[in-house]
Amino acid sequence: MNQLIILIPVALLLGLAGLIAFIWNLKSGQYEDLDGAAERILDED
Amino acid sequence: MNCRAPAMDPKSIADNVAGTSARMLEQQLLHQAIELQGGKLQLDWLIPDMHCVGCISKIENALSKLPAITRARANLSLRKVSVIWDPKIGPALDQDRIFDELGFEHSVYDLRDSGDKEYKQRGQRLLLSLGVAGFAAANIMLLSVSVWSGAEADTARLFHLISGMIAVPAIFYAGRPFFASACNALRVGRLNMDVPISLAVLLALGMSIHESLVGGQQAYFDAAVTLLFFLLVGRYLDHVIRGRAREAVQHLTGITSRGATRIMPDGETIYVPLEEIDCDMSLRILAGERFPVNVRLCSESAEIDRSIVTGESQTVTMHAGELIEAGALNLSAPVMVEALGSADESFLAEIQKMIEAAENGRSEYVRIADRAAQIYAPAVHLLAAIAFVVWLYITKGNFNLSINIAISVLIITCPCALGLAVPVAHVVGASRLLRKGVLMRDGSALERMAEADCVVFDKTGTITTGNPMVEVVDSLSGLQRRIIRTLSSSSYHPLSKAISRYFIDTEEIELSKVTEVPGFGVEGIANKQKVRLGNPEWVGKIAKEDTGPSNLTNCQVAFAKEGDRLIRFRMFDVPRPESTETIQMFAKAGLGSEILSGDSLSEVKRIADLVGVEKYRSEKSPSDKIQRLQSLKQEGRRSIMAGDGLNDAPALAAGHVSVAPASACDVGRHAADFIFTGTGLGSIFDVWRISRETALVVKQNFIIAAVYNCLAIPFAMAGYVTPLIAALAMSASSLLVIANSFRPFLKESLLEPDQQSRARQEIGPEERYAA
Repeated sequence: MNQLIILIPVALLLGLAGLIAFIWNLKSGQYEDLDGAAERILDED
Repeated sequence: MNCRAPAMDPKSIADNVAGTSARMLEQQLLHQAIELQGGKLQLDWLIPDMHCVGCISKIENALSKLPAITRARANLSLRKVSVIWDPKIGPALDQDRIFDELGFEHSVYDLRDSGDKEYKQRGQRLLLSLGVAGFAAANIMLLSVSVWSGAEADTARLFHLISGMIAVPAIFYAGRPFFASACNALRVGRLNMDVPISLAVLLALGMSIHESLVGGQQAYFDAAVTLLFFLLVGRYLDHVIRGRAREAVQHLTGITSRGATRIMPDGETIYVPLEEIDCDMSLRILAGERFPVNVRLCSESAEIDRSIVTGESQTVTMHAGELIEAGALNLSAPVMVEALGSADESFLAEIQKMIEAAENGRSEYVRIADRAAQIYAPAVHLLAAIAFVVWLYITKGNFNLSINIAISVLIITCPCALGLAVPVAHVVGASRLLRKGVLMRDGSALERMAEADCVVFDKTGTITTGNPMVEVVDSLSGLQRRIIRTLSSSSYHPLSKAISRYFIDTEEIELSKVTEVPGFGVEGIANKQKVRLGNPEWVGKIAKEDTGPSNLTNCQVAFAKEGDRLIRFRMFDVPRPESTETIQMFAKAGLGSEILSGDSLSEVKRIADLVGVEKYRSEKSPSDKIQRLQSLKQEGRRSIMAGDGLNDAPALAAGHVSVAPASACDVGRHAADFIFTGTGLGSIFDVWRISRETALVVKQNFIIAAVYNCLAIPFAMAGYVTPLIAALAMSASSLLVIANSFRPFLKESLLEPDQQSRARQEIGPEERYAA
């Protein structure tokens, strides 16, 4: 039971971090050109 | 008539005349750009042939080299390049030139409307909701799995409470799109799919809170949140493909001039805005301006481009006293005209009314998901109510148990798979279309396209390329070629552009004093000798022999060096590639084709014979075209209308479904359901084929969802459903629907492109579309 007191908040915080990262991605327009992002990595310049 | 002769000083005429066509294009580009902070402008170009990183860097690098451009960014998913530049440093025309030089076909996105921004914001809100629902679903599932695998009573209760604390805010945040839509539907006394969804989610939430507070086992937090997650996926996809369903009418106003210069009776000139122009006003229309209202010409003659009216891009010479429709373009010198009415009585206003009327007719179409909802929603509510009453009777008044079972019926029948059935299939259809270079306006277009049973084509710009082919009648020397190339590239007249394209491989030569003479052509000086390219009679004046009109039949353009012989060019419109095959494939699939054109009978007949269409009608006005489409509708036919010009726009809106090439005019593009960016007409057949396949997938999805519900409902009504079963069943059916929807996409990806085209030849369409 004791370990749950640590594990559950940790699990929730990790999830929350993911959610915040997603919101940041979205707001900074990183999902606007998925095909382009995949191709740009091949750009040699 | 009480017109005065145009009183203009020669200098201002010269200003207006120099580089008329280039200036017109520049104006058009500026008109379509949006203003950013600091006086910068943004223009978005549509580049259909941008496929890989090579194209991206080629375009971005070339554009970035222009001093005026501060930012050029390509978006490969949308085949779009956004350019931000400073109009004070360089013209927008440079961008057009760069695309020409790189050899990319290009057209301009219209950025002016605000609908675009609203659309984007709505998409972001949905994605945020989706993120929140996903976060909540994952965390609650984590806790639920522990409960299902047999946690102790206290732990289970703690986990339920934590789940509740996550679920309540998440549902109220992520569920808003559904709650709002359900409220709207109920307010007008109707049922849509969102009503059972909202009810199920809210009831499940309420019951679960109650259960976890009293320490029961029936907590459905995970089901409620997962349900929202799946439905939001569907809702977001639906939003993505709804795309830019923008108002065609809004764009029509962009073509109309904003005002004109009025000549007062005392000779003074003032500027009058469009709304104030009225009957009998004398107006001066500069070269490159559009006529704001229907007018009568007062100047001796005028060169105008009536392509907006007839769809045929050919210069017409009008004489004093003749009528000119609003929207036609004045090509040559400034002219004096007399207004024949106000702006709302003009030709453009008429077209606008026709489009509105036609679009109203179409809005009666009920989408397949809504049709399903009309049956589904009442059935689900009825079942839940029956379950409640029956269980109340069996258990002799155990209210708690009965309501639990009724709610579990609602949860298990919640149209999760149904909510995904249409949008996922449509998104897959839309991305398959995008691969073929076709953009789609909304999902209902795919549904309507699948129902089509005949095709109506416009001629110019749709069956034909609209870019005239060039044939050189007389022989040319290398030097002459280079002179022609230089002269033609200095003008943006359609014929001149066609010639410039024809000589694209020839090097340019330096000429002095290159000037465009509106209505006639381009002239310049080469080796101290005058050279001219343009109207044959005008060019003939400097040529060696006196060329009579008999030599000039069928020849629209000529070139000559002073004192040298005349070189003639013949220009003719050719069908787009694949047009004959397309019409054959449609015929094999059982769809008849016909041509409906504003052009003359002989020209329409020539093209119809060339591509193998038996039914054709010529010299049709926009309202004739609508009439034809409506009579087809009355016969019970569902027509695909393919057209490009403004004169086709009402017909595009009137057809059961419509297709336009990307080269179509603004209004045409916005009245159409599908826009194909390739040059081949085969795209239209691809659209139809993919729509048919998508419709089939949607049907299969509905069957999957229905089978799942038929299996699940008896269990739910018998009271055997636990939160675990609900979670499993729901996710399984949703995943099955998604997998089924992606099937055609995977099949297509596995076939290499060359295999695909071979398959198209080997298997006749009739075998594939016999269904």
